[in-house]
This record gives sequence, structure tokens and C-alpha cells, in this order.
Amino acid sequence: MENNLLALIVVLPLLAALLTPFLGRGNKPWILATLTTWTVLAIAIKIFIQINVLANAPGGQEAFLSYAMGDWKIPWGIEYRVDPFNAFILLIIAMISAVATYYARLSVSQEIPSDKIRFLYALWLLFITGLLGVTITGDIFNLYVLMEISSLASYALVAMGKYHNRKALSASINYLILGTIGASFYLIGVGYLYSITGTLNMADLTEKIKLLHDNRTVVSAFAFLLIGLGVKMALFPLHGWLPNAHGYAPPIVSALLSGVAIKVGAYVMIRFIFTILGVEFSFEILPIGPILLFLASLAILLGSYMAIQQSSLKRMLAYSSVAQIGYITLGFGLANESGLTGSLIHIFNHALMKSGLFLAAGIVIYRVGEADLPHLRGLGRKMPFTMAAFTAGGLGLIGTPLTSGFISKWYLVLGAIDRGLFILVFIVLLGSLLAVVYVWRVVEVIYFKPASDSSTEVKEAPWSLILPVWILIGASLYFGIDSSLSSHMAGQAARFLLGVG
Amino acid sequence: MSNGTILAFALLAPLLGAGLIAFLDRWPKVREAINLLSAFSLLSLVLILLRHLNTGDSIAFSFLEVMPGLHLAFMVEPLGLLFASVASSLWIITSIYTIGYMQAHREEHRTRFCTFFALTIAAAIGIAFAGNCFTLFIFYEMMTLVTYPLVTHHGTEDAMRAGRIYLGYLFGTSVAFFLLAITWTWFLAGTLDFKAGGILAGKAGNTTLLVLLALYVFGIGKAALMPFHRWLPAAMVAPAPVSALLHAVAVVKAGVFSVMKIVVYVFGIDLLRETGLSVWLMYVSAATILIASLIALTKDNLKTRLAYSTVSQLSYIVLGAALANAWGVIGGSMHIIMHAFGKITLFFCAGAIDVATHKTKISEMSQIGKIMPVTMTAFLIGSLSVIGLPPFGGSWSKWYLIMGAVSAGHTILVGVLMVSSLLNIAYLMPIVVRAFFIGSSNPTGETKVKEAPLTCVIPLCITAVGCLVLFFFANDLYQFLSRLVQS
Amino acid sequence: MRFFDLYNYWIFILLMMIGFYAVIAKPNLVKKVIGLTLFQTAIFLFFISLGKIEEGTAPVVVPFATVYSNPLPHALILTAIVVSVSTLAVALAIIVNIKQSYGTIEEDEVEGAEGN
Repeated sequence: MENNLLALIVVLPLLAALLTPFLGRGNKPWILATLTTWTVLAIAIKIFIQINVLANAPGGQEAFLSYAMGDWKIPWGIEYRVDPFNAFILLIIAMISAVATYYARLSVSQEIPSDKIRFLYALWLLFITGLLGVTITGDIFNLYVLMEISSLASYALVAMGKYHNRKALSASINYLILGTIGASFYLIGVGYLYSITGTLNMADLTEKIKLLHDNRTVVSAFAFLLIGLGVKMALFPLHGWLPNAHGYAPPIVSALLSGVAIKVGAYVMIRFIFTILGVEFSFEILPIGPILLFLASLAILLGSYMAIQQSSLKRMLAYSSVAQIGYITLGFGLANESGLTGSLIHIFNHALMKSGLFLAAGIVIYRVGEADLPHLRGLGRKMPFTMAAFTAGGLGLIGTPLTSGFISKWYLVLGAIDRGLFILVFIVLLGSLLAVVYVWRVVEVIYFKPASDSSTEVKEAPWSLILPVWILIGASLYFGIDSSLSSHMAGQAARFLLGVG
Repeated sequence: MSNGTILAFALLAPLLGAGLIAFLDRWPKVREAINLLSAFSLLSLVLILLRHLNTGDSIAFSFLEVMPGLHLAFMVEPLGLLFASVASSLWIITSIYTIGYMQAHREEHRTRFCTFFALTIAAAIGIAFAGNCFTLFIFYEMMTLVTYPLVTHHGTEDAMRAGRIYLGYLFGTSVAFFLLAITWTWFLAGTLDFKAGGILAGKAGNTTLLVLLALYVFGIGKAALMPFHRWLPAAMVAPAPVSALLHAVAVVKAGVFSVMKIVVYVFGIDLLRETGLSVWLMYVSAATILIASLIALTKDNLKTRLAYSTVSQLSYIVLGAALANAWGVIGGSMHIIMHAFGKITLFFCAGAIDVATHKTKISEMSQIGKIMPVTMTAFLIGSLSVIGLPPFGGSWSKWYLIMGAVSAGHTILVGVLMVSSLLNIAYLMPIVVRAFFIGSSNPTGETKVKEAPLTCVIPLCITAVGCLVLFFFANDLYQFLSRLVQS
Repeated sequence: MRFFDLYNYWIFILLMMIGFYAVIAKPNLVKKVIGLTLFQTAIFLFFISLGKIEEGTAPVVVPFATVYSNPLPHALILTAIVVSVSTLAVALAIIVNIKQSYGTIEEDEVEGAEGN
């Protein structure tokens, strides 16, 4: 049965995670992690192709693949279910984690004591397991458990930044407290939904909620769910944990947190709003649209503004992520095809760019020891490849034409014009301008400030670090020049969510 | 070779040049040779395209579907070809000038300079041959990015600050207004292709079109329409060749060229004329013409004065577009080339004076005509052309613009153009007068003729002669450009 | 009175608020974590209450029973308890680390140590 892949994609990294602590202090944990993540990537691609074939067949708008865990009958048992939307997200997770794992070896071995490295990889794989599971599961309680698996692993991973800077510890405990409250809110929402519908299966819920549009329990359930998920995806004003957690975690962890983990939160939110709640209920009966658009606008403006204030590269990128989540929320808050496509394509594009940027910042830490503005002086000449990657990724954040960021913004602006909301158009564009400021501050230092004397020894990093960065940044450039593949994927998922052919 | 291939090569020539130059840091002679070679090959390709266009072939190609329905598209039409030939021919001259200037000034980072210079030209050619708004926008933004290192070339705190202003204005306007206008156009018309007669007719109400036009003209910050002109004077911290080619020709002309192209091919002049949507633009540009001239009067730094003069002259072209009739469009387009030759001469002279005597302030330039007679004669010619006196090129474009204003029925604009010419005299001629006639004959004890290096002087002579020659080719230009308004 | 019929739900809300208050107001990290655990436990009570069906007995097939309580919430909460305990463990581990590197577990002192 080919559908076994649906279970395998989660079980494989889970088993590998259990195995890694026993592999000793050498390279073996890393090798296992790399093999696992690349296998996961292969499975994700396979699933994606499968679902694509189904979706493009005649009458395939409702196409999905399903796997019943333990052969318990759906909807009583746990269902794993893939449709064009989460196949797309799975692919993003698998891709970024595969590249980041390959990158991890040198960066980790420099930062983390050698007897702890195997535990880092175990947590790392658990983290990925959780993210994949959240995306693939079709059961809202199972989603909670997997979300907590990924979150718990990420709390510990963030805390591992303590070997570089002890602030990681307080960042981690803050992240843990807020994350747990978020998850608990989600759990309350699940309880409410279960109490009124008696089911936990997403597809089943979708059907039952159609009859309960005026039910107060359903409405309050969604209030809890959205707040809980808002914390997980760091939607303004629930983003308080993000800047420190992403700023002080080890670079690879930041890359996965910023590039993927918050997107998975966004995925769940979109899943609830569009599939389970339904477009009509969310946007016509409940005032979710205006709320989301308002918060998204604030996230874009304040996130970008805070990014300008930062001197540490990673904290700057972290605040930028707050703003980018704003773009994603704005896109799906518009609830039209262009907006939703923009949102989904930005999930993809931003995953590439932001992971690439965090990994590039990791290279700077690897070579220079610290990645803040004073340490970046004159690095443009000493580390040309890394810094070129950083600049290219930064241009993507701005949304310069021919970078993938431009494609996202194009769709978002189009979606906002379609709604006639010109204020949002200006907010998107103003966000780009603020991005110019925070990116250009860095570019100016890299290329136009003379190097300080102390860092004369700095050399370009080894290829095993530069290559993964360039894979990600190169992909983000490629999808800016020829977006046919990414806009096809995002467009297909958007049409699926809106239920139009 | 098919026409499309020639066009592709024209786009590639400066890019390839830039790529090669970047790796020739160690061999300056080879670098200069490559630079000139790519400049010459670009010009010859553009001339071939000109011949093909005259035989009536349509030259266009597109590739790379960036987004569904949006290609990188290129096409050759008279206006673009005009801009491309101006940019490419002046690139050759400027390259020669740069060699002399950089040596005499002992500038550093020459390889970086030449690389980005070539990239700027590549962007200019991309803008010239863009087949839709989207392609235009891409090259427009590319131009902003690649000129930044040229503006901040000296790397001083002043240069960095100027660079930030430069980037802020150009990025700010283009992202906030230009991009919005393009997206909106796409939303309304479903296409972004440049088409004769425009693509917006009947697609939206007058108010929408009015807003859209405003977004376009202010969004194209490179056209330096007030109040978005501050970047141009700020950019004058750059070395003289940059000011000469980029901020008198390539960059600013890319701005007004884009405005012209959008007016002609997106809105269509018939639409604008019939609806009267561009009347406000005429007055905004008229105001820019006068105010910038007045500011120029107050500036003592020669390059800053020239920069404000450029702001003023650019608005002539915008005015031509806003008039939205045959005379206006032809006059405006012609002013692109006429002003280019005049102003580049003036900037070359300013650079030559700086190289030879290290003087940048007009008040210090008494008697400089005695030391640098050739340069100052060229300066006189350039000034006369910018003012618009026969027998120099600038007189024709102004003439057509006045005709345009008359036929559009806005006689007050005729007055503005007249007054502006007087103001041009007022801010340019005193420099010449001071250089030749004012001050003691021997202020510093230095009366020996001391011109800038030959590689600086020859280019400025060529462009000065160009101003004269263009006067006699006005009819050919007129014929060539009248195709813009025929169809 | 209907108010008291739903007393288990009121207790759930009360416990949750007490926990929430501790998380927000207490500077001591361990106390915060205790609050967090209380918060989660309150939610567990809520779920268990959901499973109760009036007159229902434990969901074990016995001859005399006709109405059974819903067993699913119990199963869910069993999982959730595991999650909660793991969270507690991770939190305490981090707090131990904080104690080691800062010498305190008071949040304001930890932040004060960094000078911001």
C-alpha cells in the first residue's frame, strides 16, 4: 500500500530520534539525522507528486490520500490525510530540514559540547517529527500531541543556545511558558468542539460544523483555537516569545523555527479557518477577516520597525519573521484567491529565504564568533560567498523584483486591490520599505565599512556550510525568476481551500 | 542573425562586459579594453537594430514566464531605440573620460566602479527595450541597486548619507507608488504589455485613471518631479563620470523615458487628451521647471547647480508627455537626446575643472577660462544648447514643446517655457562670464594653460560638437519620432 | 439550582484562573511553572467532566449497566497528562540550568543580570 508513506513520513524520524542518543560522540548521529531527513524529503516529494496527479485528474478537486492509524476506522481512529494544501507544507518542512541538517555538522560541533551533540540531533529529529505530524494529521487532538512534541523539542533546542549565550535559557523558559499556554488554549478549543460535535476528525468536523453556524460553543471554541494558534505562529501581539527564542537559539534551530515552525502554526490556523470552519462561516458570520487584517498590518509595521532597531543579526531576522507572519496572515485574511495564493507562496518563499539567512548568520558566528553589526564590518571582501548569499536573501525580504519575495508581494497586493482595501496595499509596500532600511543597514556595513583590525584573520567558510545556504538562497532566487512551479503549487492549494476549481 | 537574437545580444553586451570587468582587477589595461569593446559592440548592435526598425521589421521577444501571464518581454520601438542609442553612444565617450578622470584623481576601487557602471548601462538598455511594465520595473529597480555603489563610491560618511537619500527616494517612490500602479494596471487591464494606443482605455473610470497616472509619475522617482527630486542633488557626491553619464543621461533619462513610455503605451495619448487627465501634471511639471531653476540660481557648487538644472530640464520632458499631443510627445522625446548631450558636456567640464584645478565652487572659478580655454568653450556650447539657442540641438526640442503647449491651448505654459529659458541664462551664463571676464587677470599667479588630461578633454569636445551637429539632424529625428504618435 | 449543577465547570475555570495568575504574577520561575501545571490540570478536569454521562457507569461491559460514560476523553487526557509531565520536566531542567548560570530563579533578577 503506497499510503503507508503517510505514516512512514512521521514514524521514520521518530524512530531515528530514539536511536540517535545511542550512537556515541562521533559523526554517527549526524549521519543518521541527515539520512533520515533526506529520506523524509524523498517521501514528501513522492506524496506531493501522487497528490498532484490525483488533483489534476478530471474531477479531482477534492483529491486526498488517507491513512487510518492502527487500522482503526475513520472517524473514530486517527486519520492521516494529505490534500494539495498540506502536501505543499510537508514538502517545505522536509526540504528545509533536509538542507539544514546537512549544514548542521560543523556549526553544531563548534557550538555544542561533544557529549551533548547526539542529544541535539535526537531533539532535532523529534522537532521535525512533530512538525511533519502536525501537518499531516487529520485529527485535532493528535495535532495537539504532535504540536507539543515539536514544541517541547524546540524549547530544549533553544535552551541549547546557552553554550553560546546564556540568555538562551531565559528565552527558552519564556518560550515554554507562552507556548504551553498557547497549546492549552488550543486544547480548550478542542474540548469545546468535541463537546458539541462529538468528533475529533477534521473531515468529520467540517461536515458537522456546517449545521452549527449559530452555536455559541462553536464560536467560543474557535476563539480559543485561534488565540492558541496565534501564539504558536507568533501572530502579533502574541509574538513576545519569538525574538529572543529565535535570536538566541543555535543557528540551525533558528533556521527551522523561523523558516518552518511558525509556518506550521500558520498552516493549522489556515486549516481551521478555511477547511474546518469554512470560508463562509469564518468571514461572513464571524468577523475573523477584519481582526486578522488588523493584526497582520500591525505585525508588518511593528515587526519591521523593531527589526530596524536591532544590532544582532539573528534578532533582526527574528523581528523580520514577525513581520513576515504578518504578510502571511494578511494574505489569508483577505480570503480571496490572489491573497491566499500570496499567503501560501510566501510561506514557501519565506521559508527558503529566512532559513538561508539564519544559516548565513550561522556561518558568520562560525567564523567570526558573533553576528552583530560591528562584527560584520568589511566581511564583504573576506567572506564573499556568504555575504553575497546574505545580500540576496535580504533583497528577497525586501521583495526586489526577480527575487521570490517580489512574487509573494505581487499576489498580496493584487489580493488587496481585489478587495478594494488600498490601505493594506500601502501597508504591504510600506513594509517593503522598512525592510529596505533593515536590510540595507547590514549591507552597508558588510560592503562599505572598512574592516576592524581584530578580524583580519577571518576566512571564507568551508563549502559544506556555504553550499546549503546557497541551495536555499539559490532556490529563493530561482523561484523569483521563474515562479511557475511555486505559484502553481500555491495556487492549487489556494483554490482547494476556497473550494473553487 | 534573427532580429530577436540581435536584441538579446544588445541586452547581454553590457552584462557580459560587467562580468568580465569584475575579474580583471589585476590587469587594468585589459579591463579598459574590455570596457570599450563592450561599449562599442553595444552601440553597433543598437545601430543594427535601428536599421532593422527602419525597414519596418518588428523586433520583439519574450521568455521566462515569471508569473502566470507575466513574461520578461523585450521589444524595439522608436522611443526605446532613441534612448538606447543615446545611452550607448555616450557610454563610449564617458568610458574614455573615466580613464582620464580616474587616473588624474587617483580614485580607488576602479574595477568595482567600472563593473557597476557597465551594469547600469545594462539596466538602461533593459529599460529602453522593455516590452511590458513588469520588465520595465525590474530593470528600473536593478538600476537603482547598481548605481548605489557608484554614488557612495568614496565611502565617506557624506557619501553614505547621500547614498541613503538616493536609495530612500528611489526605492521609496518606486515601491510605494510605481509597483502599486503596475499591480493595479494588471488588475484592471489584465495585461502589462506596451501597446500602441494604450491598454487602459475603457478599463476604468476617470478618477481611477487620474490616481493611477499620479502613482506612475510620482512613482517613477528617477524623473525627479518635485517633490521627489532631492535624491538627484544628493547623488552629486559621486565622481564626475557618474554625475555625467548617470545623473544627466542614463538614470534620469530612464525616469522620464519611463514616464513617456507609460503615457504613450499604457494610457495612450488620445485617452489623456480626451479626458484631460494630465492637465494637473502639466502644471506640476511647469512648477518644477521654474522652482528648480530658481533653486539652481542660489547654488554655488557647480555640480549642485547643474543637478537642479537637470531637475528643471527633466520636467520639460514630463511636460511634453503631459501635453499628450504629437508636438508635445515628439518635443519631449527629442529633449531626451538634446538635453543629454548638452548636460553631459557641462558635467564633463565640471569634472575637468575639478581634475585640473580642484575647484568645485563657482565663486572660485574666476578667470578659469584663461587656464582651461577648451573646456570652458565647450561649457559655453553646452550652456547654449541647454538654454535652447540656435544653432544648438536644444533649441529644437524647446521649439516643439512650445508648439505643443500652443496647440493644447495652454498658453500660460508657453510663458513658463520662455521664463525658464531666461532663468537658464541666468544660472548658466554667469559661470561662463566669470570664467572669461571677471576677476583680476592673475589671481593666483597662474596664467599658464593647464587643461585636464587629454582623455578628459577629448570627450567633452566630442559632446560639445554633438550639440551642434544635432541641430542639423532635427528633421530626421522628427521623422523618426513621429511614428510614436502615428499609430 | 442550575448554577451548581455545573459546579465542575466552575471549578475548572477557577483553577485555570489561579494557574494563569501564578504564571503572570509570580516572579519565581518554579512558581510560574506550578501555575502552568495547574492551568493544564484544570483543562484535564474539564475534559473528564465532558466524558461523564448522567447515570453512566465506568465504560466496562458489565451485565447490569445500560448507560456508560464516554471513555474517549479519558484516553485523550491520559495522553495530555504525559504531555504535561514532559513539559514540567523540560521546564524544570531549564530552570536548573538558569540557576546554575545566573545563581537565581527570580525572573526579574535574571533579566537584571543582563542589564536590560
